[in-house]
Amino acid sequence: MPISLKNEAAIAGIGSTEFSKNSGVSELSLACQAINHCLNDAGLAPSEVDGLVTYTLDSTDEIEVARAMGMGDLTLFAKINYGGGAAVGLIQQAAMAVATGAAKNVVVWRAMNGRSGKRMGQGVSGDILSSDIIHWSWYMAYGMLTPVSWVAMIANAYMHKYGVTVEHLAEVAMAQRDFALNNPAAAGYGKPLTLDGYMNARMVCEPLRLYDCCQETDGGCALLITSTERARDLKQKPAVIRGVTQASSRGQEQMTSFYRDDLQSLPEMELAARRVYKMSGLGPQDIDATCLYDAFTPEVIMQLESFSFCGRGEAKDFVADGNLRRDGQLPNNTHGGLLSEAYIHGVNNIAEGARLIRGSSCNQPEGVEHVLISSGVGVPTGALILGRD
Amino acid sequence: MAKPSRMKPPMGHDNGWWWQQAADGKLAIQRCASCQTLRHPPRPMCSECRSMDWDFIESCGRGTVTSYTVLHHPQFPGYDYPLIIVLVDLEEGTRLTAQLQDCDSEDVEFGMAVESYIHQDADGFKIPMFRPATEGADNAN
Repeated sequence: MPISLKNEAAIAGIGSTEFSKNSGVSELSLACQAINHCLNDAGLAPSEVDGLVTYTLDSTDEIEVARAMGMGDLTLFAKINYGGGAAVGLIQQAAMAVATGAAKNVVVWRAMNGRSGKRMGQGVSGDILSSDIIHWSWYMAYGMLTPVSWVAMIANAYMHKYGVTVEHLAEVAMAQRDFALNNPAAAGYGKPLTLDGYMNARMVCEPLRLYDCCQETDGGCALLITSTERARDLKQKPAVIRGVTQASSRGQEQMTSFYRDDLQSLPEMELAARRVYKMSGLGPQDIDATCLYDAFTPEVIMQLESFSFCGRGEAKDFVADGNLRRDGQLPNNTHGGLLSEAYIHGVNNIAEGARLIRGSSCNQPEGVEHVLISSGVGVPTGALILGRD
Repeated sequence: MAKPSRMKPPMGHDNGWWWQQAADGKLAIQRCASCQTLRHPPRPMCSECRSMDWDFIESCGRGTVTSYTVLHHPQFPGYDYPLIIVLVDLEEGTRLTAQLQDCDSEDVEFGMAVESYIHQDADGFKIPMFRPATEGADNAN
């Protein structure tokens, strides 16, 4: 009998560093700070942690964290691939470990000097010959080197087919910026964004302008996953994992799935949707808020269709009606998201999902029972549904 | 000092041959030697029949723009901006990502007919690119 991950594990701790443009410390230091805050939040000693999971892109190895923090025996350590596509994959690893007994208390994290150090927006290079680099070779020679350029290609096709305008993109950016105005930790705190401000900002890769793009951030974010039963004995209200999955589909490339017949949808995200809805027994009508991965604004609009909050081509009207705002049908990224809080590769979006379940968001909507969170868009990805205990 | 040149594609077993064909003046499309299915970007195995035997055909170079983006920022040495990148559906049925030349960035549009040519950089590097199809070209498909 296979083990279902539904209700087996919960997010029991959340920790972040300050988010900045220049941390002045190492990424290992950021990781340790974030994990320390996370364990203090939960009320768990580092010696109790026996599992550590991060991104392949993270420069900090598990045992470096363990030594620095005085952790002891580890029985699970893993790194998940594909940039921000890893985000909820970390949660899946942790939940599987907890459900099977591979580990009891798993910390997942991402820590990066994403502005002062290696900037994602500065593009790929061809230093090491791998299957991944051969994939990038088809774009590098043409100068198509940055995430925004790859996303723009899909976004333009989607917008052309369904009549999505820059005003729709702007609404995503402005709605999330408005949330950030109530979040002192956010890059967008104290910086309102108007339609004029959006339109007058620099064009980056048509049709995407500056405010269609996420932040670049120095910072770290960590989460503690343990069994739902153990979580009840810790300090915080558990955010119970109702469903979690990774998802990659036929013809999948990393950011450049340009060779599928249909460029106007996200088949891997539709797979993630089917899986988390089935595992949780929930549907789109049961979701009260979302943290949809938002490295770029059109990704949010497309995902509304992937997760069946809207029919094909209808997401633009859903967005224009203000549904992503606090009083809308589906408040989205109530902390500001990657666009307006910080770009910690999606782990900060999962943290907000857990806060929404605790009832402690800086923009807490009424009566949140279930929150849906997604990993990176256009890459092998995943989805997560959290619920109240 | 010479003008900086474009970033060269890393080349291995699975893609180097395609660039060699470009250097020889051809836009190649990989073909399964067993079931004849065309594929791009090249891969070592046919996803339809799992044969590892392949050859290639030379594309006629005609196609239509199925999506595009115009790159403004950041600007890398070796490229001219605004830089138009197009996804082209070739008449043979495969799709190719490449640069569009000889076209104002405001004039590129969905469905426009384009034709390929082999561009040569100042340093001698050859790379397939597209330009708008010339008048009277056969784009009946």
